[in-house]
Amino acid sequence: MTDMAIEDAVAQTMVASRARALNAFKFGDATFYWMTRIAAICVLLILGGIIAYLIVGAWPALTTYGLNFLSTQRWAPELDPPVLGGLAPIYGTLLTSAIALLIAVPVGLGVAVFLTELCPQWLRRPIGIAVELLAGIPSIIYGMWGFFVLGPALANTIEPAIVSFFARVPVLNVIFAGPTSNQSIFNASLILAIMVLPFITAIARDVFLTVPPVLKEAAYGVGCTTWEVVRSVMVPYTRVGLIGGIMLALGRALGETMAVTFVIGNAFRVQASIFAPGTTISAAIASEFAESADLYQSALILLGLLLFVLTFFVLAAARLMLMQLRRRAGG
Amino acid sequence: MTDAIAPRYGRRRRTDKVMLGLCWAATAFGLGWLVLILFSLIWNGASGLDLAVFMEMTPPAGSTGGGLLNAIVGSLIITAIGVAIGAPLGMLAGTYMAEYGRYSKLASVTRFINDILLSAPSIIIGLFIYGAVVVPMHGATGIAGGIALAVIVVPVVVRTTEDMLLLVPNPLREAASALGLPRSHVIIKVAYKAARAGLITGVLLAVARISGETAPLLFTSANSPYWSVDPFHDAMANLPVTINNFVNNPDPNWRRLAWAAALIITFAVLVLNIVARVLGATRAPK
Repeated sequence: MTDMAIEDAVAQTMVASRARALNAFKFGDATFYWMTRIAAICVLLILGGIIAYLIVGAWPALTTYGLNFLSTQRWAPELDPPVLGGLAPIYGTLLTSAIALLIAVPVGLGVAVFLTELCPQWLRRPIGIAVELLAGIPSIIYGMWGFFVLGPALANTIEPAIVSFFARVPVLNVIFAGPTSNQSIFNASLILAIMVLPFITAIARDVFLTVPPVLKEAAYGVGCTTWEVVRSVMVPYTRVGLIGGIMLALGRALGETMAVTFVIGNAFRVQASIFAPGTTISAAIASEFAESADLYQSALILLGLLLFVLTFFVLAAARLMLMQLRRRAGG
Repeated sequence: MTDAIAPRYGRRRRTDKVMLGLCWAATAFGLGWLVLILFSLIWNGASGLDLAVFMEMTPPAGSTGGGLLNAIVGSLIITAIGVAIGAPLGMLAGTYMAEYGRYSKLASVTRFINDILLSAPSIIIGLFIYGAVVVPMHGATGIAGGIALAVIVVPVVVRTTEDMLLLVPNPLREAASALGLPRSHVIIKVAYKAARAGLITGVLLAVARISGETAPLLFTSANSPYWSVDPFHDAMANLPVTINNFVNNPDPNWRRLAWAAALIITFAVLVLNIVARVLGATRAPK
C-alpha cells in the first residue's frame, strides 16, 4: 500500500523541482499537523463551551435563589416572581439512580459471572453479543415500553401486593405506600436498571476476563469452589475496575432522560413512598424547557448545571479508576 | 481428619450451589426483561407497519392512516449532518492523539475530557446547542439538531480512531518514513489504510449511537408535521421526537405510528451495530 504513495511522490518530484516538492511536503505536513491539533483542541472547547454556557445561563437563577435553590421543594413557575426550588428533581435524580444501581449491579455482576465462569462455551459468544447489542438500543425505546407496558403492569399487579404486604410494618409502610400509579419513582428506577444492566454486564465481563488464568487455576488447585474463586480471587483482583464500571453506569443513570421522562410522572414533590410520582433533573428539563423563559428557563439551566457537575465528578472518578486498572493490566 | 472437614466442605458446596444458582437466575432475569421488550416492540411495531408508513406524512391527531415519511427523511438528513460534521473532526482529533501527541500533555488531557464527553448526559448537549445555535438562529432548525448530534459523534469517533491507529504496527510507519515519505503521507496513506476497517466501524457505531438520540433534538431540531428538508429554516421532523410527541398523546393512530417508528429505529440500530461488528471482526488489525 505504500506503492501508491511513493508513485505519487515520485510523480510529483518528476514534474516539479526537488526543492519545490519538498516545500510542498513541508507545507502539507504542517497543515495536516495543525488540522489534527486544532481538532483535538476543539474537543476541549466543546466541554469548555458546555460549562461556560451552563454557568452563564444559570447565572440569573443562581443570583436570585442562591443556596436556597437546593433546599426549596416548591416549583411554581406560574407565580410572579416565580418560586423555584430544585430539591424535588435533585432528590428524584439521586433516588432513581440509587435504586436502579441497587437492582442492576447484583444482577449485572451475576450475569457477568455466568458469562465468564458458568456458561457453556458455545453459548458465550451469542449471549455476549446479545448483551452488547441490547446496550445499543436507544433509551426512548425503553421509556416508551415502560410507559405502555411495564408501568400499567406493575401498578395493577405487583405494586398493590407489595403495598398491602408491608402495610403493617413500620418504616417500610411509608417507603412502599399507595396509591400506586402508572408513573412513579420505582417504575422509573426499574426502567433505568433494565437499561444500564447490559452496560454493567459488558464492563464486568471485560474486567473479569483480565484476571490471569493462573490465579484462578491456583485457587481451584487448592480446592476452592467456583463461588470461592469468584468471591476471593476474581472480585478482589478486579475491584477497582468493577467500581469504575459501576460509576460509569451511575453516570449514565444520573443523566438519562428519555427512559425516565415517560414513567416518572413529572411531579415536583419529595415523597417518602417510592410508588409515588416524582421527577428528575433531566425529565424536568425535557418536559419544561421548551415552554420556559427568563428566570424559569434559567432555573432549568441551573438544574442542568448541577446535573453536569454531578455526572462530571462521577465520570471522572470512574475513568481514573478504569485507567488505574488498565495500567496494572499492562495494556 | 476427613470427618472434621466433611461437614464444612458440605457447607461450602452448598454455598457454591446457591450462589451459582443465583447467577443463573440473574441471567434469566436480565435476559428475560430484554426478551420482553423486544417481543412487545416487534408485536406492536409490526402490526403498525404498512407501506403507508414509508409513503405518507405524519397525520394530524384524530385521523386514521398516514405515515412517517417526513420524519424518516428528516432523521436521515439530521443524522447525515451530524456525521458529516462530527466524523472528520473526531477522526482528526483521534489522529493527533495517536500519531502526533501520543505522550503529550494535550493528548492526555483531551483523552480524559473525551471520555467524559462520551458519557455526558445528552440532554445537557441539547441545552448547550440550544444556547449556541438555536437562540442565535431564532428558532429550531435541522442544522441545530445535526450539530447537537455531531457533539455526540465526536467523542465516539475520537475514541475508536485513536484505538484503531494505536493497533497499527509501528514498523509500517517506520518503513514508510524510511522511504522518505513526509509524516502526513505516512498517516494518510499508510496508517489510515491499515486501520480502515476499524475507522469505518467507529463511524458506524457513532451513527448507531445517534440514530435513536432524542434528548438533544427536543429543543434543537424540534419536530414538524410537514415535509421539511431545508436544514437552515424551520424545525425539522425526525423519528425520535415524533415518537416522543406521539406517545404523549392518547390518539390510537399516533400510538400505532409511535410503535412502528420505534421498531424502525431499533431495527436500524441493530443492523448498524451488527455490520460494524462484522466489519470490525474481519478486518481490524487485532
